Amino acid sequence: MSLAVDIKKKLKGFSLDVSFRTEGEYLGILGASGSGKSLTLKCIAGIETPDEGCIVLNGKVLYDSEKKINLKPQERNIGYLFQNYALFPHMTVEENIGMGLRLPEKEKKQKVNEMIVSFHLQGLEKKYPNKISGGQQQRVALARCIVYKPDILMLDEPFSALDSHLREQLQDGVLELLKLYEGEVLMVTHSRGEVYSFCSRLVVLDNGRSILHGDTKDIFRQPKLYGAARLTGCKNISKCEVLSPKNVYAADWDVILETEQKVPQQVKYVGIRAHDLQITDAGQAKEKNVMECRINRIVEDVFEYNVFFENRKSNSENDNGEILYKADKQEWDNIRDKDNLYLRFPESAILLLE
Amino acid sequence: MQMSPIIISLKTASASIALTFLSGLYVARWIVRMKSDKAKMILDGILTLPLVLPPTVAGFLLLIVFGVNRPVGKFLLQFLGTKIVFSWSATVIAAAVISFPLMYRSARGAFEQVDQELIMAARTLGMSERRIFWKIIMPLALPGVAGGGILAFARGLGEFGATAMIAGNIENKTRTLPLAIYSEVAAGNMQAASYYVIIVMLISFVVVVLTNYFSIRERKYFK
Repeated sequence: MSLAVDIKKKLKGFSLDVSFRTEGEYLGILGASGSGKSLTLKCIAGIETPDEGCIVLNGKVLYDSEKKINLKPQERNIGYLFQNYALFPHMTVEENIGMGLRLPEKEKKQKVNEMIVSFHLQGLEKKYPNKISGGQQQRVALARCIVYKPDILMLDEPFSALDSHLREQLQDGVLELLKLYEGEVLMVTHSRGEVYSFCSRLVVLDNGRSILHGDTKDIFRQPKLYGAARLTGCKNISKCEVLSPKNVYAADWDVILETEQKVPQQVKYVGIRAHDLQITDAGQAKEKNVMECRINRIVEDVFEYNVFFENRKSNSENDNGEILYKADKQEWDNIRDKDNLYLRFPESAILLLE
Repeated sequence: MQMSPIIISLKTASASIALTFLSGLYVARWIVRMKSDKAKMILDGILTLPLVLPPTVAGFLLLIVFGVNRPVGKFLLQFLGTKIVFSWSATVIAAAVISFPLMYRSARGAFEQVDQELIMAARTLGMSERRIFWKIIMPLALPGVAGGGILAFARGLGEFGATAMIAGNIENKTRTLPLAIYSEVAAGNMQAASYYVIIVMLISFVVVVLTNYFSIRERKYFK
């Protein structure tokens, strides 16, 4: 099983230029709102037509601008879970699930019943979509696109239409249900948590361009690009100058950092995740990658404090100079009253970005 | 009071709604699926024109098309042996032309209000365009379509100006209720006119109530 996509499309004030391929794994597309994620899915499904490029699914050419091939959505055999599920409001749960099946009535009924059992929808067969809960609607929509065994299943922000507590409850369940489907899964989301737990491969979309493509864990460990680092949740990013193969000067923080890896010449930013920073004391002030700092502001979260530091020695008036540190509440209570606070940037945790 | 205006009016309105309902649906679907916005705008203007023109102007234009010395009228007379002008079929044509925009616009609005995402979803599910129309678009647009049909029927029933121009006011032949009311008043028979008025008001009231009934019934599943 494989999917290869390489498409371009120009719209007013926006251009899409996406290319990636995947083979039989769960692929995630991560991007901010308006980065062209849904448009990419729509192009694959045949609802939108790209300007040029090609889309090949399991050896079947769905779209090829040079050979003038453009299959209708009906001929592509793709399962598409819409963000708001797009259930037909005038049809009952069982009618909705059966809509994609072209089978004799008896077989159809049997298949629909199988889906209703595996998706825990018993008792809701005759209900209309607006009479059931958000989680149930999601299961109906998922059942509707799995029942006809599509070659690929595409999920567009599958959890965004749900309340946050419901979302957490449902994610595990959906993962279980997806196992009923043997085929390619492509998921689009802006949530790094969803991507990290669902998808083994990842494509990062930034403003319509696919900027990075690879193993999900690798990309989170080494995002390589500024945009990818931001999307994978890196809060602290500073412009930098490369001083030597293992030294960079982080301009926004006014500090020289030593790195574990050799620094490539094209590096323009350094980043560090809020969780990777360490607090130390004056005794280690002279060690490398340690910065004396002062607290700028503190924002209290549910289980932790978001502490924003600034370099104490720096006198540059820099708006980007803030460094976010996430402190466990208990940990913070022990250190909050110390006069001099020092932040350590562990060498192995420094992200070098282009 | 005579029965003939009532019967002629009901016959005319029924025949006219049969024409407008189907053609209105068909044209609305055609316009909705049209790609070019400019062509859409211009065609929509032409199709809506009978709604905004004074009916006498529409009637005048119809006379020009169907008059026995005009190409279309001549053709119908010579090859099919039918004379349209001042015949019962002229009342139907007048009513149909005047009420067509109501049907077309209601249907178009109803089609356009169907959530595009549902149609996209239906396509990915492999449903053919024809099946999508009958299984998804039509049921969801039905309240609007039915409402448009009822309005068009009522408008056809009340048609006066264009009918007078092209069908005349011939007793027992082309004299519909509105024309009968006019004739009775012109002859000073207020009493006879008032009967017709009451009948028209009754029919119109039932029609409006029916519209409301449809819109409530069809939206049951949204509640």
